[in-house]
Amino acid sequence: MTELATYNFAYLDEQTKRMIRRAILKAIAIPGYQVPFASREMPMPYGWGTGGVQVTAAIIGPNDTLKVIDQGADDTTNAVSIRAFFQKVANVPVTTKTTEATIIQTRHRIPETALQAGQTLVYQVPIPEPLRFLEPRETETRKMHALEEYGLMHVKLYEDIARHGHIATTYAYPVKVEGRYVMDPSPTPKFDNPKMHNSPALQLFGAGREKRIYAIPPYTQVVSLDFEDHPFEVQTFSQPCALCAAKGSYLDEVILDDKGGSMFVCSDTDFCEERQAAGHRGHLSPAQAEAAE
Amino acid sequence: MRAATQVFEGGFADSVLGSQEIFRALMDAMANPGRIVSVGDLAQAPSPLTPVAASIAATLFDHDATVWCDKPIKASEAALGWLKFHTGLELTNDPAGADFALVTDIDNMPSFDAFAKGTSEYPDRSTTIILQVAGFEAQTSLTLEGPGIKGTQAFSPSQLPRMFTEQWAANRGAFPRGIDLIFAGNGLLAALPRTTRILNKEA
Amino acid sequence: MYVAVKGGEAAIRNAHKLLADRRRGDRSVPAIGLDQIVEQLALAVDRVMAEGSLYDAELAALAVKQARGDMIEAIFLVRAYRTTLPRFGYTKPVETSQMMIERRISATFKDLPGGQLLGPTFDYTHRLLDPELAEDMPVEMPDKRVEAHEHTPRVTDILGHDGMIEADGDMPDGSEIGDLTREPLTFPLERDLRLQALARGDEGFLLGLAYSTQRGYARSHPFAGEIRIGEVEVELEVAELDFPLTLGRIRLTECQMVNQFKGSSKQPPQFTRGYGLVFGQSERKSMSMALCDRALRARELGEDITAAAQDEEFVISHSDNVQSTGFVEHLKLPHYVDFQAELDLVRRMRGEHENQKSQIKEAAE
Ligand SMILES: [Zn+2]
Repeated sequence: MTELATYNFAYLDEQTKRMIRRAILKAIAIPGYQVPFASREMPMPYGWGTGGVQVTAAIIGPNDTLKVIDQGADDTTNAVSIRAFFQKVANVPVTTKTTEATIIQTRHRIPETALQAGQTLVYQVPIPEPLRFLEPRETETRKMHALEEYGLMHVKLYEDIARHGHIATTYAYPVKVEGRYVMDPSPTPKFDNPKMHNSPALQLFGAGREKRIYAIPPYTQVVSLDFEDHPFEVQTFSQPCALCAAKGSYLDEVILDDKGGSMFVCSDTDFCEERQAAGHRGHLSPAQAEAAE
Repeated sequence: MRAATQVFEGGFADSVLGSQEIFRALMDAMANPGRIVSVGDLAQAPSPLTPVAASIAATLFDHDATVWCDKPIKASEAALGWLKFHTGLELTNDPAGADFALVTDIDNMPSFDAFAKGTSEYPDRSTTIILQVAGFEAQTSLTLEGPGIKGTQAFSPSQLPRMFTEQWAANRGAFPRGIDLIFAGNGLLAALPRTTRILNKEA
Repeated sequence: MYVAVKGGEAAIRNAHKLLADRRRGDRSVPAIGLDQIVEQLALAVDRVMAEGSLYDAELAALAVKQARGDMIEAIFLVRAYRTTLPRFGYTKPVETSQMMIERRISATFKDLPGGQLLGPTFDYTHRLLDPELAEDMPVEMPDKRVEAHEHTPRVTDILGHDGMIEADGDMPDGSEIGDLTREPLTFPLERDLRLQALARGDEGFLLGLAYSTQRGYARSHPFAGEIRIGEVEVELEVAELDFPLTLGRIRLTECQMVNQFKGSSKQPPQFTRGYGLVFGQSERKSMSMALCDRALRARELGEDITAAAQDEEFVISHSDNVQSTGFVEHLKLPHYVDFQAELDLVRRMRGEHENQKSQIKEAAE
C-alpha cells in the first residue's frame, strides 16, 4: 500500500491519538460522563462512524483482532467499509467471529454472544446526549448533568405512557450508569440494554461529529430508566429465527414478497451462522429446504 | 555532554507501537482498578524517572498537556530535559492547573486537594496523578470495589500517599469531581480511577 | 428458501468503479486538467479552500475534480487531508491594511484614500448568457493601473481615528487565541473561535442567516464599510530568527460591516463592527460572515437575543457543511434494527387499539 505510506499507523497522527487516549482514560474514570474531545475530520463522513473509528484507531495495535458490525451484521456495506479501512491503515487481523475479536466496533447492536473480559466494544454514536431531544442546548444539558437533574427525562417517558400506554422509546433507550449519569446507549434497540449491565467487556462510545467520548468500564451497573408501575422490558419475538431457530435473539424482519409475506432472522449474522454451523436449523434454513425436497 | 545524551536518548524504540502498548496497559488498568498490568519495551529516562513512569509520560504528554512535576524531578536538569525533549509537555508549578502530575517522592507530595478536581460541569478537567512506586507487593493490602471490579480486588502498592484512605474517601465523596491515580511500578503499572471504593478501615 | 444478502465488498468495489467511470464521463472528451480548474473555475477552487480551511489551489482543484464538481464533497476531501497535516506553528496575524489590493469598495464614503477599485467583479455585468464563452474565443488583456500603488487604509481605521467606530475589540485577559480544530468547542464561545467557525462555515447557510438579519430577525443596520480583495503576506515567527519569515502570499476577501451604533451614559455613541475574512475571492461569503458575526455579538453588546442568527449555539453548531452533510446523509445507512423495534411497538399498539375497540363494541352489544 505505497500510496498510504504518508499516513501513520491506524491513520491518525500520534498527537491526535494522545488527545483521544487522554479522553478515553477520563471517560473510563467517570463512567457515563461525556468527555469532550477535539474530534478530527476523518476520511469517512461525519455520522458514518467517525467517532467509533477515531476511538478504535486510538486504541488498536498489532496484537488486536478487529470485528466490525452494523445492524449486527459483518457484511453490511458500512461495516465492510470500516473494516477495510483498518485493514488498510493498521494491517490488523480481522474477524467476523465475536469470540475471536479483541475489539468490536459496532453500530446499532451488541452481539448476542456474551462478551468476555479483555474484549472492548466500541460504539459509533450519532447523538451522545440523552437529553438532547428534550433540551437542544449543550449549555443547558451540561448543567442538568452537573446537577443530576434528570426529571425531564422521566417526564418524557411518562408522557409516552400517558399517551400510548407504553414507553414509546424503542431504541437509544436511556440508561443510568453506576447510579449517577444518564447516558445514551447509542441507537441500539432497547433489547440490547441489559447486555450493557455488568458486562465483563469494556465499552467505549465515540461520537465524532458531536465530539464526545464516554465509557462504561467492565462490571459496571447500567440500569435502564423506568417506573415502578411500568418496569423496563425488552422486546420479545413471537417466533424463533427462521434460519437457526434461535429464541431470544434480536430478529430482523425480511420482506419476502409484496403480499405481507416476511420472515424473521437473527440480526447478529455471526451468532446465526455459528448456530447453523452447530446444526441448528430454522424452518426456512437452506438445509431444511433441501431436506424437504 | 553526557547530560545531553541522556536528554536525547531513551525514547521508545518504536514510538508509535511503544506508546500504543503502554496506552493499552493504562486503559486496561483504568478499566480494571487495582489490576497489575505488565509492560515491556520501555523508554529509558534519567533518574529519578523510572522506565515505566517515563513511558507513561511519553505516551500521554505533549504540548497540549500541562504537567506538574515534583521536586526531585525539577531538581534534575536531565530528567526535565528528557521530558521536554521527548514529550514537549507544558510544565506548571500550580498543581491545581495540571492535567497530569508526576510524583517520584510520594511521602512528600501535596495532598490530593492541591490538584485539579474538575468542575461539576466538566469533571474531566482534573489531574491524573502518576505515582512512581517500587512495586505492588506491600504487606498491607487494600480491598477495592467499584466499577471495573468483579466483586473485590486486592491492591498492595509499595507506597501510598499519607493518610491515603481518608484522602481517597474524600476524593470518592466528591464524585464525579476528583483525581485519578496511575501507579508506575517496575515493569508494571496499575490505576485507581475516582470511582473506586476502598473497603479497609485503614491501610 | 432464503439466502441472506452477502457481498458488501464486491458491491462497494463495483460502485466505486462506476463512480470513476461517471467521473471521467465520455472518454472522447479531453480530461479536465487541474490547471484548467485552478485558472478557469477559480471561484470554485476558492470556496473549497475557504471552507476546507486549507490554502492550496492545486489540492482544491484536485478535490473539485475528484468530487465531480460537488463542492461540499470537495471541501470534505480537503478537510480530511488537512487534518492529517502536522502543525508547525501559528503565523502572525495577516496585515490586511498592507494588502496588495485588487478590488476595494466602500458603501459608506464616496471617495476615500486609496480610492474605490472595482476589480474583477460580477457587479454591473448584465446576467445574459454569453454564447461566445461556449467557444474558446480570444480574450483581451485587461488594462493595468499605471499610477503607483497608493496606501489604502481600511475604512474602519479611518472611522476609528476619531472614535466613530468601536475598536477591534480585545480578548479577555490572559486568553490565548483558540484553535477549533484542536480543542472541542465549549459554549459560549469567545469571538476568536466564533470567527474561525464562521470562516469555514457553509456559504449558503451563512448567507441565509445573514439575509434573515436584513429582514428583521436581529436587525443591525449594516453598512458595507469596506470590502477588499487582494494578496497579503503570511509571516511566521521563528525562535532562531529575529525577523519574521515570509512564507508566501495568500489572496483574501475582507469585509468590514459598520453597524448600528451603541452608547451609554459613560460612552458616547459609536458604530459597531461585524467582520468577515475568507480565503480567496468571495464577497458573498465574507459579507454573510460579517453580518453573522455582528448578530452573534448580541450577548457581548447587551442586546436581546431573539433571532436565530444571534443564537451562537444554533448558528455555530450547524454552520459546518461537512458535519451537516455527514449527518443528514447518514440516514442512508441501514437503520433496520431500530426500525424493527419501532415497527414492533406500533404493531403492538395497533393490536391493543383493536382489542379495545372490540371490547367496547362487545360491551355495547
Ligand atoms: Zn438465527
